[in-house]
Amino acid sequence: MDLVRRRKLVNAFALSMSMLAVAFGLFWLFWILVDVFQLGIGAVRLSLFTQMTPPPGSEGGLLNAIVGSLLQVGLATAIGTPFGVLAGVYLAEYGRYGWLGRSTLFINDILLSAPSIVIGLFVYAVYVERVGHFSALAGVFALALIVVPVVIRTTENMLVLVPDSLREAVYALGTPKWKVITKVTLRASRAGIVTGVLLAVARISGETAPLLFTALSNQFWTLDLDKPMATLPVTIFKFAMSPFADWQRMAWAGVFLITLGVLGLNIAARILFRQKHR
Amino acid sequence: MNAIAAETAMMNESSVAALVTQISFRDFNFYYGKYHALKNINLDIYRGQVTAFIGPSGCGKSTLLRTMNRMYDLYPDQRASGGLLLEGMDVLDKSVDINRLRARIGMVFQKPTPFPMSIYENIAFGVKLQERLSRAQMDDRVEWALKKAALWDEVSGILNQSGMSLSGGQQQRLCIARGIAVKPEVLLLDEPTSALDPISTMRIEELIAELKEDFTIVIVTHNMQQAARISDYTAYMYLGELVEFGVTDQIFIKPGKKQTEDYITGRFG
Amino acid sequence: MADSAKRSFAAGDWVFRNLTRLFALLTLLLLAAILVSLLYGALPSLAKFGLAFLWRAEWNPPMEEFGGQVHIYGTLVTSLIALIIAVPVSFGIALFLTELSPPWLRRPLGVAIELLAGIPSIVYGMWGLLVFAPLFGQFIQPLLGATLGQLPLLGRLFQGPPMGIGLLCAGVILSIMIIPFIASVMRDVFEVTPGILKESAYAVGATTWEVVWRIVLPYTRVGVIGGIMLGLGRALGETMAVTFVIGNSDQLSDASLFSPGNSIASALANEFTEAVSPMHTASLIELGLVLFVITFIVLVISKLLLLRLAKGEGQRT
Repeated sequence: MDLVRRRKLVNAFALSMSMLAVAFGLFWLFWILVDVFQLGIGAVRLSLFTQMTPPPGSEGGLLNAIVGSLLQVGLATAIGTPFGVLAGVYLAEYGRYGWLGRSTLFINDILLSAPSIVIGLFVYAVYVERVGHFSALAGVFALALIVVPVVIRTTENMLVLVPDSLREAVYALGTPKWKVITKVTLRASRAGIVTGVLLAVARISGETAPLLFTALSNQFWTLDLDKPMATLPVTIFKFAMSPFADWQRMAWAGVFLITLGVLGLNIAARILFRQKHR
Repeated sequence: MNAIAAETAMMNESSVAALVTQISFRDFNFYYGKYHALKNINLDIYRGQVTAFIGPSGCGKSTLLRTMNRMYDLYPDQRASGGLLLEGMDVLDKSVDINRLRARIGMVFQKPTPFPMSIYENIAFGVKLQERLSRAQMDDRVEWALKKAALWDEVSGILNQSGMSLSGGQQQRLCIARGIAVKPEVLLLDEPTSALDPISTMRIEELIAELKEDFTIVIVTHNMQQAARISDYTAYMYLGELVEFGVTDQIFIKPGKKQTEDYITGRFG
Repeated sequence: MADSAKRSFAAGDWVFRNLTRLFALLTLLLLAAILVSLLYGALPSLAKFGLAFLWRAEWNPPMEEFGGQVHIYGTLVTSLIALIIAVPVSFGIALFLTELSPPWLRRPLGVAIELLAGIPSIVYGMWGLLVFAPLFGQFIQPLLGATLGQLPLLGRLFQGPPMGIGLLCAGVILSIMIIPFIASVMRDVFEVTPGILKESAYAVGATTWEVVWRIVLPYTRVGVIGGIMLGLGRALGETMAVTFVIGNSDQLSDASLFSPGNSIASALANEFTEAVSPMHTASLIELGLVLFVITFIVLVISKLLLLRLAKGEGQRT
């Protein structure tokens, strides 16, 4: 009887610890979100979207940083997605059992968990240093290199999920392999792949580290890919670390915008995936 | 066939004198959310007998089985009402110690479910929950349970191996051994042979015949021949209702209701 | 007609096959390229300091004396603190989500945790610097100093002036960042446990805790360890959540976790664009190389571990 009572006590204790853990975890996360939304919304005003980043002590906005982020994230996605999809197709459809497929899958896992700052370092070493100056293009390369492994992973995962019976049915009509892949299997897994791309976009939208020594930053408006270009994350980093109150205020606004964007992308990805896989 | 029937009939007669109700359902109802899955069940399970629940898929036979150890408690939208007594104790009462209840009523599932640990630990797991035994006592208990489950000869040399390394039939007997190691009064078997090959099935059926000396057994099966072979009492269920309950021979040879007869002779189901 | 169609099919197949293969190969080469370029960039520093770079404590740009001890220590210690806090908390959350939560709460809570795992690390870092660190220094550090700081041996870790930012603060922020990540991985693997296996354990009278601790956890340990390792990988390579709050000091004054320190990633973030001498740049690149190798090792260990555990499981079907 004593044993049974002890077991019950242990159980009750463990389960209350579990609830405590939930409370603990959520406490921090909600605190952060509340601060971001409260301080962020308080700092949002129209000038953010119409004016350039200011020197300390004067009024300004984040327009060049917002546009710079959109431009670099967009280009990086445009480069990284086809790259990742094609490589993912090879891994799932051609090389599933060969040495190249298997080692690439392993290497891809390493790239997937490689620190993003190291990616930035790599692009610096092979591109920025050669060219001799920081540029938005270098930032695009760095972000694209982060997109690639994510897209490879999801493409591969989604293609493997396509049932072989479907492939066989298409082959049975005398279809060549590349048409089977492009017309049927890729289509069947389209929603999953798009979800993966959206998640990759969400990820690079908030990436700061790989841009620090590639795109750097720029206080002024530019669309020239060969020049340093501002992005939201790098601008936030610079502003938040500064001692100036109005810069810090703008950093909160920036963090709010990024959080909103990233959460939006994640929710969109989730809805899309759920709709297709039901 | 006739010889077997006569033999079971004799067995039943000999035990009729000493029939004791162990579990009884009285106006028992069960719901999955709003769905009324069991309707007004009245049924007695007798001590030391094998009772089989038969009926077409979805008739509620597994549901009924799972109420006896309140397995449905795990799922928030499932609930039961009415009377369900184990030796006079109200099983549905909130104050019932559910862990203790489940120690008194063992259960074996459709598929073998060895725990992710050694064969020895699989058996000792449930025992350790209820009793504090010395190493030697535990060794004895494990051996006893494995012998009862007719598995000892096959695993006595490999007790430290993972339970998952056994064959399907061996795994299922391991689960039976695990169930009886805690010395329950009742053993619930939920289609225990549905995932097994014919030879393993035969061994389990033989085992059930032996186990009934020590335990009350309730078995759900979709295999009518199996019910006829191994049970003393049979309950035929359809659409959540208990259509007919009685001595197995009677049900199979001379069912009281047309519906039961149709099912047994294979006209539907 | 049919013949030429066949030929163009074959040509299409050849082109497509090799196109996809090219990109797979490029991915493979990418890793090699990263390693080679980092090695090449780090050559001057490698030549000057050799292996001793790993444990030299000196980091003095004007004198061109460099060693990675402070940064490597900071990287490992902050990640370790993060794991110590995050693993039990994540386990509790996963346990709640799979076994305890009322059904109406399960999905919203699970989705919230997953969404939080996607929030960019710069948010954590900035919040840590502007909101958390001041409160941490004002309330929590004095409390820790008065309690844990009084312990005989361990106490040395929790002494010194409470400044808010420092190694401990960085570890805490990191842990907040990886909790949703590890928790959602753990929840996913816990859900893989077959319901019937859990029911079997309940059927012998086990309590919820016993089912989770003795059945679910052993059954899923492969995935659980994998998830923890992935979380560790994240923590090790994290830049923004750390660099705001670690204090960016290139010297370690004492053993205390209250002191400011530096991690590899945050040293790179802060110094790289400002490094003037080639030796400084090379040393920073070498630090990057070390970081890459550390995360590489963590990933390989977790993969090997999973492989071995999978084998040790026996013939699970």
